[in-house]
Amino acid sequence: MLKVFALPDLGEGLTESEIVAWHVKPGDPVELNQHIADVETAKAVVELPSPFTGVVTELYQQPGVVVHVGEPIVSFEVEDASAIGDDAAGEGDATPVESQVTTDAAKPAVREAVLVGYGAAAERGGRPKRRPRPARVDPAASAEPASPAKRASSIAPDSSERRSEPVEVATAERPRSTPPVRALARDLGIELVTVTGTGPDGLITRDDVRAQASGEGQGAAHEQTAPAASVVSASPGERETRSPIKSLRKLTAAAMVQSAFTAPHVTEFLTVDVTPTIELLGTLKGDKAFDGVRINILTIIAKALCIAVRRNPSLNTRWDEAAGEIVQFNYVNLGIAAATPRGLIVPNIKDADALGFAEIAAELSALTEAARAGTTSQSALAGGTISITNIGVFGIDAGTPILNPGEAAILAMGAIRRLPWEYRGEIALRDVMTLSLSFDHRLVDGEQGSRFLADIGAILANPGRVLMMV
Amino acid sequence: MVETVSDFVQLLTPEGVRTPSPDFDQWVSDVDAPQLASLYEDMVVVRRIDTEATALQRQGELGLWPPLLGQEAAQIGSARTLRGDDFVFTSYRENAVAYCRGVDLTDIIRVWRGNAQSGWNPYDIGMAVPAIIIGAQTLHATGYAMGCQQDGVDSVSVAYFGDGATSEGDVNEALVFAAAFKAPVVFFCQNNHWAISEPVGLQAIRPLADRAPGFGVPSMRIDGNDILAVMAATRIALERARSGNGPTFIEAVTYRMGPHTTADDPTRYRDAAELEEWKAKDPILRVERLLDSLGLFTAEFQAGVKAKADAVAAELRHGCITLPDPEPLSVFDSVYTTPNATLDRQKAEYTAYLASFEARDGQNSDDVTDAASVTAASVNAVSVTAGGGRL
Repeated sequence: MLKVFALPDLGEGLTESEIVAWHVKPGDPVELNQHIADVETAKAVVELPSPFTGVVTELYQQPGVVVHVGEPIVSFEVEDASAIGDDAAGEGDATPVESQVTTDAAKPAVREAVLVGYGAAAERGGRPKRRPRPARVDPAASAEPASPAKRASSIAPDSSERRSEPVEVATAERPRSTPPVRALARDLGIELVTVTGTGPDGLITRDDVRAQASGEGQGAAHEQTAPAASVVSASPGERETRSPIKSLRKLTAAAMVQSAFTAPHVTEFLTVDVTPTIELLGTLKGDKAFDGVRINILTIIAKALCIAVRRNPSLNTRWDEAAGEIVQFNYVNLGIAAATPRGLIVPNIKDADALGFAEIAAELSALTEAARAGTTSQSALAGGTISITNIGVFGIDAGTPILNPGEAAILAMGAIRRLPWEYRGEIALRDVMTLSLSFDHRLVDGEQGSRFLADIGAILANPGRVLMMV
Repeated sequence: MVETVSDFVQLLTPEGVRTPSPDFDQWVSDVDAPQLASLYEDMVVVRRIDTEATALQRQGELGLWPPLLGQEAAQIGSARTLRGDDFVFTSYRENAVAYCRGVDLTDIIRVWRGNAQSGWNPYDIGMAVPAIIIGAQTLHATGYAMGCQQDGVDSVSVAYFGDGATSEGDVNEALVFAAAFKAPVVFFCQNNHWAISEPVGLQAIRPLADRAPGFGVPSMRIDGNDILAVMAATRIALERARSGNGPTFIEAVTYRMGPHTTADDPTRYRDAAELEEWKAKDPILRVERLLDSLGLFTAEFQAGVKAKADAVAAELRHGCITLPDPEPLSVFDSVYTTPNATLDRQKAEYTAYLASFEARDGQNSDDVTDAASVTAASVNAVSVTAGGGRL
């Protein structure tokens, strides 16, 4: 028997979730409660246990897709209903996840399974549909001047939305009355909004309520009618796709807007011959001390930045507007911008300035791994003091990075290019990289920013210079 | 924050070693090997109930589930010492207590499926339905205990609540009344360290057990992951209450190893290292070690326990997914004890509304049931969600 499993509400009142990964594929046998997928809701990434023992027949949704609650995501061939202990359920509404479909159902289950606790699904499929009524034209709607877009949307919604409007208006303010009168109305089952008050200032009196109670029923049933819903929205061959602004994107956007329009940014560029650093990396990779540790140019730059911060502390500060103070951090929590499948995050390495080279390398690996796996902890995302972003991995040379809010500087490392470059009075092919440094001009003057960037450049151009800096 | 092993009473170490305690040993001297094995089985079974219910939530069969993972000893150890005529008032996480009181497995999950407003008749088993409002049940427990006093019986009322609840006014009021009237009530506080995302250290500078003496209520601070310490402390408190010497406050120091509920992601607010630290103090593992050292943790015993746990899980699952949808109009039942005109009118209107589908679709009866049951499901889902918002 084919069983289709629809996405349940995995939190409380969620309407959608994103499939992060499938751990099964069609043809795989699965056990009841076997972990078959990772699903991310607005609240958490959760493990989805298989609802059946059987064989996976089809995955309806790909990883990365946001699925509405109630939409089918996977189907199973289940040999024996008793294998899952729901034999007594048989067919019908009592078995929520069950709905039988034909195998060629590319759009499975027109009739959605009814799930108790599916508060969200009711929004889409759950509201009992009323037959559209012949509608009167709503004079207010046509009299209102509207932009084409507004007009289009104002006639599109179904009648159910329109119906609710008058009700909202009516309940906006509680009718004037007194507590005993309200109690009387409650006892008699009278809604005060239906009563016209005859007392001073329209106050509803005991007699008004009684009169309403005795006369109720004569004009009570005034049916609200719905406007025509005859316009069909045109959507074949979409030229635009609209997708909701999801949580991480929303957070990123808010942070960027806040940063860009609060801190006056200055960006400086420095192009450096990093060949000596590349050569140094080659030597280090052969060193036993770095067995099992991934080291690369980012490791060196991270270390160089910590050294440069010590010589130019104003780059490692925060503008505390509320307190009217400048906060000088005497430690470096080094943020590393990481592009993850679910968006940009900037986890930081705590007390990076106190770490040795190998420790920084290890921390960087752990940080990257966690970001990739989506297991970055909340504490790793908080408390950064300065950041690095690696745009070089995308083959980009330079940019004007926007500061991580609350930090004074961010360094962008560009791609390493093999370029003809002046070398010992001649032209040679060298490994060249451009560094871009943005800093908050409230906290950092051009001089300090420039010295900081020059320090990092000097280390990359000649790692031996570190001896004169520490 | 004071938080070291020496701060609380412990009779069984995480390594499964029995440590002597002159004051407490006498209270568990009757716990022999068969009883220890039975306690172990209960803890394994409720952990299995927990994982099965969590899976059922992920499969859309339950609206929500509050796991008790890690608190098995605190709940089983205390609940197993109670008498049938004692009365228990719990929060929503005490599903192991419910299991010990004999609540039917299906009744445990009825509310979490959104199928009913409550799962069982409290008077049948001496356990109130779970309080969703934090700490409210401590007042109910104190009131019940004062009732026992009036009746002249030696039944005891037990309130279960968490560390977060101790900051609520209700709990403090309950302590005031219990102390003033010497009510036979046990305040059993499971300090599981997290009030959703708030660590206990934020609201308690001193150990929670230190608060009670200020109200005039004697208190004990025990290792809540040590089932023997839990039993001993609960028995001391029960004895005090039964003999007319008033209330006791027990702080069982334990840890919520899972999320607050299935809608929560604890990795967003707490360190993985902290969880690892507590996994080493697992309440079940230490009993396993003790049984092993006594030569009782045999393959046969383990297989028996596993079979029992699997059977309970299967029964729970079966009971859950075969639970019939409630009748739409049943939502109006049990709202008031006496007739109410407003409610009666709403019910009449809703009846007419439901009937309009039959009138419309007389020829298609399938759609009628569909629409009706969808409505019922959403009504119930709303009540569960609203309750959950206050957790």
